[in-house]
Amino acid sequence: MSSQPDSARAYWRENLRIIFTYMVIWFAVSYGCGILFVDALDQIQFFGFPLGFWFAQQGAIYVFIGLIWAYVFSMNRLDEKYDVHE
Amino acid sequence: MDQFYINLLFVGASFALYFGIAIWARAGSTKEFYVAGGGVHPVANGMATAADWMSAASFISMAGLIAAGGYANSTFLMGWTGGYVLLAMLLAPYLRKFGKFTVPDFIGDRFYSKPARLVAVACLIVASTTYVIGQMAGAGIAFSRFLEVDKDTGLVIASVVVFFYAVLGGMKGITYTQVAQYCVLIVAYTIPAIFISMELTGNPIPALGLFGDHTASGMPLLAKLDQVVQELGFAAYTADVPNKLNMVLFTLTLMIGTAGLPHVIIRFFTVPKVADARWSAGWALIFIALLYLTAPAVASMARMNLIDTVYPNGTDAPSIQIDERPEWMKTWEETKLITIEDKNNDGRIQFYNDKADMSDKGWEGNELTYNRDILVLANPEIAQLPGWVIGLIAAGGLAAALSTAAGLLLAISSAVSHDLIKNSINPDISEKGELMAARASMTVAIVVATYLGMNPPGFAAQVVALAFGIAAASIFPVLMMGIFSKRVNNKGAIAGMLAGLITTLVYIFMYKGWFFIPGTANLPDTVDNWILGISPLSFGAIGAIINFTVAFVVSNATEEPPVEIQELVESVRYPKGAGSAVDH
Repeated sequence: MSSQPDSARAYWRENLRIIFTYMVIWFAVSYGCGILFVDALDQIQFFGFPLGFWFAQQGAIYVFIGLIWAYVFSMNRLDEKYDVHE
Repeated sequence: MDQFYINLLFVGASFALYFGIAIWARAGSTKEFYVAGGGVHPVANGMATAADWMSAASFISMAGLIAAGGYANSTFLMGWTGGYVLLAMLLAPYLRKFGKFTVPDFIGDRFYSKPARLVAVACLIVASTTYVIGQMAGAGIAFSRFLEVDKDTGLVIASVVVFFYAVLGGMKGITYTQVAQYCVLIVAYTIPAIFISMELTGNPIPALGLFGDHTASGMPLLAKLDQVVQELGFAAYTADVPNKLNMVLFTLTLMIGTAGLPHVIIRFFTVPKVADARWSAGWALIFIALLYLTAPAVASMARMNLIDTVYPNGTDAPSIQIDERPEWMKTWEETKLITIEDKNNDGRIQFYNDKADMSDKGWEGNELTYNRDILVLANPEIAQLPGWVIGLIAAGGLAAALSTAAGLLLAISSAVSHDLIKNSINPDISEKGELMAARASMTVAIVVATYLGMNPPGFAAQVVALAFGIAAASIFPVLMMGIFSKRVNNKGAIAGMLAGLITTLVYIFMYKGWFFIPGTANLPDTVDNWILGISPLSFGAIGAIINFTVAFVVSNATEEPPVEIQELVESVRYPKGAGSAVDH
């Protein structure tokens, strides 16, 4: 919409870019490491346990937590930058 | 002290606590009833969300499923946590900014359409009601096993407790009770796990013990487990699945279903600011992960312990004699959840996969069967832990079932009183009248849920899959499009929701029977008959893709949404000016 200020548009574009980056990681870890490439990763023995299995039952969850917290901090910074925070 | 009195003490004390909170947190306005006044601290909301989300399925059933399926059932671990990433980034902050009371509120306003609101209400009620049945059934199991009361009596006691804090306090009462329930359930889940992990691996942190060494054999625990289950004819614990497409789709269905379940979404309406909605999601996942990182350890260790119990001297040596079996087996046999049958009359128990031929050992079939749901509940007994740990598990199982039931009941009753009565039938209803309507619909919902818990439909297990399928195929996509697209209009949203919902229902009914009526399935529910090997439980993700596609095609073929709707979309995207949740 034409009435929309440029800064608001830029804020939304940056938000979308952050979301996209994190969603790529989200997909790669859960569906990539946890499911699609689990066989290949299971060949890697990490302290005696199969790495693919570790991703599916532990690693993915750690990464999910990291992603949400990274998003929280990224967005708080972005809100400050564009002065849209409450 | 007798175990029964210990259980009674733990359950009674936890119920007294919930009762006290009910009296303290009464709701005086619709805003308090629907969104707890909008002033819940993000950490408290994170805990409440975790209790709201972690149901009897997470607490009681999940470890049993993983123990039985090994790697293949990692889907539940990834699916039921990965959905929070979607919630935090794609839905929660924007819906909080929108600042109304219910999920159909957003769908009705954003797509400027009463039919869209009503379709959303219908999806919400079906998804939530089916889910409540599972919680009530879980509470029933916990009552009958631990308090030696009749299952129906137990359900009535549980319903009275929920009635007090949910009807008096609404979301406000439910929120603070859920915080208490989270504490009870997480302590109850982790304490036995820590003891068991110490015993098996010497590591006090179960999540690390899972990948540590098995003390008795010196081998890595998972390698040892792979070895013994294969010796008994089962597939290796860490074995890969043959159909990756189905595993991907099932995980995706659980993730987007999680993000689309209304009782979880409305928890994010209770915090003061948009940024708090994001913080809440972060805290919620940490609190959830405490259980979800422990569950796979509980699963593998319980399977190991069970095999060790039956084969105390290894799988090559003779197994345990039936009259020397431990006490806990006998108690669970009384509930018929464990059965033992000496098929070859050797006076010993053989536990193995009888699809594998072991007749050279003189085995004539598997002699021990158990219900997967008992693994977590029986865990403290299997590991010979003290009586108070068993009492704790009883209180924890009930906390998990009741906290989720209350959240679901609130989602149902607010959809009825706010979306149906206030916004569709009688818009002139006063604030006081709506609050009364909210309390009345909560009461009706509790009565219906209690009745269904006492008389669970035969298809209870299938309908939980239905809840995720519906949330994934109908609710999640329209919410996401409503935020991320200004172009999707009323016609597109309604067509999309119906297309996603109907294709998903048809695919489920084809294999499970039409409306779950036995004998009406078109095809047998087996892998060979599934299209491309896609299970009916995994179809929600396909339904979601259909929903997105239809909505875009129809919207682009019809007119743009009105300017004020495009401005509404614009406004939910920026945190400033969120204010607190407001009435219309």
